[in-house]
Amino acid sequence: MSSYVVRRVLSMLLLLLLLSLVVFILFSILPTDPARLTCGKSCTPEIIEANRHRLGLDLPVFQQYWEFLKGLFVGRTYAANSPDPINCSAPCLGYSFRRGEEVLILIKDGLPTTIWLALGAFVFWMVAGISLGVYAAIRRGTWRDKTVMGVGLVGYSLPSFFIGLLAIFFIIIKWNLLPYPSWVPPQEDPVGFLQTMILPWIILAILYAAFYMRLTRNQMLEVLGEDYIRTARAKGLPERTVIGKHALRAGLTPIVTAAGLDLAGLLGGAIIIESLFSLPGIGSLAITSVNDADLPVIVGITLVTATFIIVANLIVDLLYAAIDPRVRLG
Amino acid sequence: MSDSTRSFLDVRDLTVSFPTEGGLVHAVEGVSFSIERGETLAIVGESGSGKSVSAQAIMGLINRKAAQISGEVWVNGKDIVAMSDDDVRKMRGSEMAMIFQDPMSSLHPFYKIGAQLSEAVRVHQQVSKADAKAQAVDMLGRVGIPDPKSRADTYPHQLSGGMRQRVMIAMALINSPSLLIADEPTTALDVTVQAQILELIASLQQEFDTAVVLITHDLGIVADVADNVAVMYGGRLVERANVDDIFYRAQMPYTLGLLSSVPRLDQVTSDRLDPIPGNPPSPINLPPGCVFQPRCSYSHLVGGTTCEMKRPELLQINADHFVRCHLDEAERVRISTEVTHVLHGGGA
Repeated sequence: MSSYVVRRVLSMLLLLLLLSLVVFILFSILPTDPARLTCGKSCTPEIIEANRHRLGLDLPVFQQYWEFLKGLFVGRTYAANSPDPINCSAPCLGYSFRRGEEVLILIKDGLPTTIWLALGAFVFWMVAGISLGVYAAIRRGTWRDKTVMGVGLVGYSLPSFFIGLLAIFFIIIKWNLLPYPSWVPPQEDPVGFLQTMILPWIILAILYAAFYMRLTRNQMLEVLGEDYIRTARAKGLPERTVIGKHALRAGLTPIVTAAGLDLAGLLGGAIIIESLFSLPGIGSLAITSVNDADLPVIVGITLVTATFIIVANLIVDLLYAAIDPRVRLG
Repeated sequence: MSDSTRSFLDVRDLTVSFPTEGGLVHAVEGVSFSIERGETLAIVGESGSGKSVSAQAIMGLINRKAAQISGEVWVNGKDIVAMSDDDVRKMRGSEMAMIFQDPMSSLHPFYKIGAQLSEAVRVHQQVSKADAKAQAVDMLGRVGIPDPKSRADTYPHQLSGGMRQRVMIAMALINSPSLLIADEPTTALDVTVQAQILELIASLQQEFDTAVVLITHDLGIVADVADNVAVMYGGRLVERANVDDIFYRAQMPYTLGLLSSVPRLDQVTSDRLDPIPGNPPSPINLPPGCVFQPRCSYSHLVGGTTCEMKRPELLQINADHFVRCHLDEAERVRISTEVTHVLHGGGA
């Protein structure tokens, strides 16, 4: 078990290394010139060249990549020979000249918002998705099942920016049920936090809930046809134990897998929802960085997001083994 | 509510049909039989003959929303068909229990064996977890599982098929039910294990004075363990008798066909098995007359279109021998003698 974890962690590190290299190469062959973007209106070719040299963008791609990797472990200093060098201490994910800030700090600033958004939505969609999915499975073929699944399909089909705009228009602007969203950490203003987050949570959750409802229903229907469910009934167990314990436990495995990966993906930022509700999370950071061709930030976000997903993969596999005793890690 | 003349398990005119998009599926129609404690009744028939559905109907395991069930199923003086779902549920696992064909898939793969057994205890008995666990370990020992204490902490996939079926039997009998329904309990097992499992069921049956309904298509098993035999075909009971009458004096052409299609090692006269021609009827489109008529090689002896058009009644031949056939008695006896004489090498 522990040797399994060690092996998995090592392969994760290798994967991250490869991934960062790919991201690096991809951005280096883009037609946009990061050095051109570093200087403002009064730009001359000389300034651009000077900046290119200052940022190390005149080096070959692999050397740039090497500098980046070194920075991760020992930190790095930009423009070392200039009068005001920029120090980026380890682990240095890079430095955004556009924003004049270390990438790691930018990501750290955005992360709490994104984590709160993701976790809140996660709770909503898991509770709604699983309970409605189980309900639909038990009532299979009835009008209740069809209603639940139909509403789910609508939720799944509507784009979140559409639902989001509708919600903002009606709930916030027209009916004044909630104040305009403005991010505030929960420890500073819990009420304001909830008022801001409730709509993003629900809207983000609708999409996922619809998917999880379908997944849960299909899983439950499959499991309810298993021989061991008939055995559970033959033992005389009440139906709620048969469903809530025997069937749900067996049906949960693929749901846990999907949930872990979806949550990790969301921790990389929900671009549309964050932009719509002006939440200063990773998603907002990512979209502005892409617009600005702010390469170091994009590389940083890509790596952090990939790390979340890879770690979630490991956690999901461990959970899988904890749920299903037949699964052997190794 | 119970009258003293009623048998311990008394099934009367049981009919189960499932509405489907293709039409009403008549899985079981007008089946009646009874059995006392300590006795074994074997229900024999091909796949789709309605034997498993009958068994599940007795256990109250058929979803009444999905099926139409009529008739009476008296277990220990209580009519399962008339009772509420929850009352039947309380009888399941305590007064009546069931073991299934495939021990590989009948145990929950995620729970330890001991936990699955003690769960069965705690549904029906108000005992502590430790007590239930102790009962579980004790029962595992009684069904012949070596080192039951440590086996209780294993998962089903760590056991062989025979061991799993022992666990199923332990789970079924842990609350000392007086009725045990075994639905092809040995079909999925190795032949060597089959005999052990049947012996185990028989010895526990003696110990608990259990009524056993054994569903099987293996006539060898029937000859070994059954007191009475009910032969089913196309959802109907076509012949019912004690085990000797079935093997030596069966009168229904289908029963005789079943007996003739058993492979025998002690005969060299024919190099081929003698199977019944044709296939079992579709439960949606049953023939209007005798359900066995399309495959029956004797129906021409009846004359006219009686076999094709008219459902035969269940005729009583003697105290416990019933047969559903249009042939007249002399003809049936003649055929019976002919077939069984060949089968038993003149021993009948």
